[in-house]
Amino acid sequence: MSQAFTKSMARNIFFGGSTFFFLLLVALTFDTMQVLPKRDHRENITPAVAHGKMVWEKNNCIGCHTLLGEGAYYAPELGNVYKRRGGEFVKAWIQSRPAEGTPGARRQMPQFNLTPEELDDMVAFLKWTGEINTSNWPPNIEG
Amino acid sequence: MQYQSQAVAKPYFIAAIGLFVGQILFGLIMGLQYVMGDFLFPAIPFNVARMVHTNLLIVWLLFGFMGAAYYIIPEETESELFSPKLALLMFWIFLVAGALTVVGYLLVPYAALAKMTFNDLWPTMGREFLEQPLPTKLGIVVVALAFLFNITMTILKGRKTSISLVLLMGLWGLAVFFLFSFYNPSNLVLDKYFWWWTVHLWVEGVWELILGALLAFVLIKVTGVDREIIEKWLYMIIAMTLITGIVGMGHHYFWIGTPEYWQWFGSVFSALEPIPFFMMTVFAFNMVNRRRREHPNKAATLWALGTGVMSFLGAGVWGFLHTLAPVNFYTHGTQITAAHGHMAFYGAYVMVVLTIISYAMPVMRGRAANSNKSQVLEMWSFWLMTVSIVFITLFLTAAGILQVWLQRVSTTPLGFMAAQDQITLFYWMREFTGLVFLTGLVLYIISFFVGGESKEAA
Repeated sequence: MSQAFTKSMARNIFFGGSTFFFLLLVALTFDTMQVLPKRDHRENITPAVAHGKMVWEKNNCIGCHTLLGEGAYYAPELGNVYKRRGGEFVKAWIQSRPAEGTPGARRQMPQFNLTPEELDDMVAFLKWTGEINTSNWPPNIEG
Repeated sequence: MQYQSQAVAKPYFIAAIGLFVGQILFGLIMGLQYVMGDFLFPAIPFNVARMVHTNLLIVWLLFGFMGAAYYIIPEETESELFSPKLALLMFWIFLVAGALTVVGYLLVPYAALAKMTFNDLWPTMGREFLEQPLPTKLGIVVVALAFLFNITMTILKGRKTSISLVLLMGLWGLAVFFLFSFYNPSNLVLDKYFWWWTVHLWVEGVWELILGALLAFVLIKVTGVDREIIEKWLYMIIAMTLITGIVGMGHHYFWIGTPEYWQWFGSVFSALEPIPFFMMTVFAFNMVNRRRREHPNKAATLWALGTGVMSFLGAGVWGFLHTLAPVNFYTHGTQITAAHGHMAFYGAYVMVVLTIISYAMPVMRGRAANSNKSQVLEMWSFWLMTVSIVFITLFLTAAGILQVWLQRVSTTPLGFMAAQDQITLFYWMREFTGLVFLTGLVLYIISFFVGGESKEAA
């Protein structure tokens, strides 16, 4: 870089630029917070949905699955699993995982020993998640 | 070594390398579980292995950053560390807390661990990369604050250079944005929105300040180029990093319930995110070409150049590959993301930590550079690990393209598992390449124990 362009000019660009764009982020975040209630339907977050999210977290489901495309890529997307499979299937699937696994190449899901209440709340959470306005993502029902 | 207290960096670097080995071993376990689903099941299910793999990565990089700061800051400020004893105490606290956390992951079911560690009081666990139990998270905050206090006090009493200022801003940013990990509302959209304030503003924000400062420091040392020039580059690089990267966070806000204007902000700004990484490459090569001295540590120079190139490829090019919203619509949450993640983390953060270790370890062991024999071995490990990560990335990219096609583009889309079954070959090749990476890592460690005639410190 030429001599006319000094270190203090570079430093000013750094401080000015990063401050400006951080403030832009804050402004966009403020606007997002105003718009979100219409997209996330938070009025439908019942105690069951909130508890379902805790069950989801306590069993580290994100360690294998994606949820709205975020997480691990080892097992299917679950943001739309309620639409794909239905609540009863989800419960039956979680309940029927063999504790010792099944020998072979197929990927294994642990037996989490969830209570009937936990299963219901997990399904409530996944149902609510499926109703978030995600701008039509995923591209199809397979997730 | 110019200052006695720089020596506290040594245990930090040793711990970093040790945990790096653990990270790779768990990566290999996961890679095998991709193709042999029952491997180590139910003893180590995939989600546990992944948590250990990613958390070890984060922790060892933090050890690397802290060690780097303890090494660099005395030299930059021309004064001893404020408190070397505090630095050593924090080392042990961080190491024990980290080890206990990993032991907890491995020995106790995650739900039981959550219960034991009072997750019900303040739920923060079970979110990607932020799986640590509450006491561990609090421990990280305590260690980070004590570390920052130590570093800040040292800078306040000594010479203030741009490198130390940038490093300090990066480290404070790291601590501040970690605080978002304590915010976990029951609204998943809000949870995800602010989860990224830790994750994105770390790896595509403040960590790049740390990266830039570390690279600039090593380049001054090995090239002898005038500090004014190097620091001017540093400011321009980190200016572009934050100008593009802060609003570039929008590329994570495409499909998680956030408003659609983020598709524009995210696409445009993150399309510019390769620029600072490209500047980093040009910077590294330029400075080495204009060098005013022939530093005997060739290996450190190689790592510095490698950081420039590989961070541009991994973070810049592979990031750009899937960052535009219309592309990301199809690639979001597939092996493409995994491919990018592997090369970006290796190219940017792993390599910069290995750069500073490569430069600083010989000095701390009383010589300007290791023996030729040792350096040759280190350079072999550089090539083995770097070429391996390139191929791991290529194989995962191929797997990702096929996955996207079979599952999301085809007129007769396959289900997730059916699509995965079709791409097994690439997972096998990835696993094999992972073994080559491990070989490189083993050679890297051996290089520390190779003797021979070495140049004495000046």
